[in-house]
Amino acid sequence: MFVALRDIRFAKGRFALMGAVVTLITTLVVFLYGLTGGLASAASSSIAQLPAKDIVFGAPQGAAPEVSFSNSGIAPQQEQAFAAAPGIGKVEPFGVAMSRLTGGSGAISVSVFGAPADLLPPVVSGTAPQPGQVAVGQKVADDSGLHVGDKVSVGGRTLTVSAITADRSYAHAPSVWTTPDTWSLATGAKQPGALAVDPGSADLAALDKAQNTETVSRDAALAGIDGYSAEQGSLQMIQGFLFAVSALVVGAFFTVWTVQRKADIAVLKAVGASSGYLIRDALAQAVAMLAAGALSGALIGLAGGAVLGGSGMPFTLGAATVAVPVVVMVLLGLGGAALAVRRITSVDPLTALGANR
Amino acid sequence: MSLVLSDIVLTYPDGDRRLTALDGVTLEVAPGEFTAVVGPSGSGKSSLLAVAATLLTPDSGRVLIGGQDAATLNDKQRTALRRDGIGIVFQQSNLLASLTAVEQLQAVAHLRGEKPRAVAARAESLLASVGIGDGKQHRRPHQLSGGERQRVNIARALFAEPSVLLVDEPTSALDHERGEQIVGLLARITREHGTATVMVTHDKAQLATADRVLEMVDGRLGEAVAA
Repeated sequence: MFVALRDIRFAKGRFALMGAVVTLITTLVVFLYGLTGGLASAASSSIAQLPAKDIVFGAPQGAAPEVSFSNSGIAPQQEQAFAAAPGIGKVEPFGVAMSRLTGGSGAISVSVFGAPADLLPPVVSGTAPQPGQVAVGQKVADDSGLHVGDKVSVGGRTLTVSAITADRSYAHAPSVWTTPDTWSLATGAKQPGALAVDPGSADLAALDKAQNTETVSRDAALAGIDGYSAEQGSLQMIQGFLFAVSALVVGAFFTVWTVQRKADIAVLKAVGASSGYLIRDALAQAVAMLAAGALSGALIGLAGGAVLGGSGMPFTLGAATVAVPVVVMVLLGLGGAALAVRRITSVDPLTALGANR
Repeated sequence: MSLVLSDIVLTYPDGDRRLTALDGVTLEVAPGEFTAVVGPSGSGKSSLLAVAATLLTPDSGRVLIGGQDAATLNDKQRTALRRDGIGIVFQQSNLLASLTAVEQLQAVAHLRGEKPRAVAARAESLLASVGIGDGKQHRRPHQLSGGERQRVNIARALFAEPSVLLVDEPTSALDHERGEQIVGLLARITREHGTATVMVTHDKAQLATADRVLEMVDGRLGEAVAA
């Protein structure tokens, strides 16, 4: 890295410009990661944090089951078959429907879960709802000025707030939780939409075949939330494009840089530098620039994320979600640079001699 | 002998035929001997230097560097031979723009696996011996005069303590006085360091200090015309 670092120092304007581009792209990717995570959480945290390993979706006889909370329905005999399966762990029916909660200081759209107490988020205060009661999230309680014991209206039914829970949401609407029976009355649903299952040693594939159901992991079940896959897919596609753009830009920069350095490379080869040495040197240069640019971008992204997160925007960043874009940016940029600096091998040291220059 | 070129023939493709750049060239240079090769442009001087530097493989003939036959070496070994056994003084523009004078020498040491910091004092001492001191050793090429750049060039070529020193038109961009100083420096260094030095030049006015002067005409190396 002896020559590489001194080249950076000498051509600091060019490297600073390129590093700034990497910084800006990394910042954008980190923001997108945060937004993707925030939107994912807003769309799915009620499902993603259910205390169950698998989710079972059902369909009436004759229809093919599909991974969709909107279209799924679990008939009593399907629920019984799962509950009675040899080796099965826990089987909890639950349903979700969109509705309006009126009470406190106003009305808000909510996702109403009808579920047994086992599936409830952690209770902050109060007790798990009984029939005629509802548990609301902390944010809903704060925003609407609700307390345990207050009356609210959900789907035209008057319910008593029995608990304040940790915040969960579904399809970008905060979730409220009630018992399956109360949920049926409030939403008009006649049967639960899905089963939350701890499969134990049960043969779920055989159960699915026999019961016309489809069992998927909890993470895979997120695709059953309306719009979730399209939303996440769009954001991930933008992330992919940004990574590709970054690799291309870095590759283009190092292509031009390598062409500009051809005379120096010829001299170094003539005095005994191997192509391997020169390629390692050039890649070290790329790593230094990419790492500096990507880390700066990550820091800006983190700082910006802290501001955005505090403004109520759906934005979630963690160590992993920052580390991934930084590592991917460096690796893809390095890939682009590697393609560019390949041409070092074709530089003829003979061109360093006067008659051939 | 440190450098032996024996019956070297080198041809280049030129349309449908081949152009002969070196035609049976034989040259032996002993340690401490300063040999100048003169000749007009296109006479084959640079080709001679390229073959001696193992940058070109001749069609026939043998190249021995410090007793090592270049024809028996693979690319990697030839690279190592250039790194350890051959010093090349290029035309003045061939210093690396991003490196200071002392770093030009440290870069050569780095190629050999030496720690640049460990050789800094030796690099400064060598630069001082060729007249680059008083802070100039920390200047980059664009901050040095043409003559100073050429002195750095010479120091860089010598830093690996090669047995063979090949010098390519060292005075081409210098005025007569500075050119004379550079050639004088090369002659002194050749004797002090015991290198087998071959300098190619088209400038016949700078030959007084050479031990031998040979003339290249149409790819043939002729008898000494002056010394």
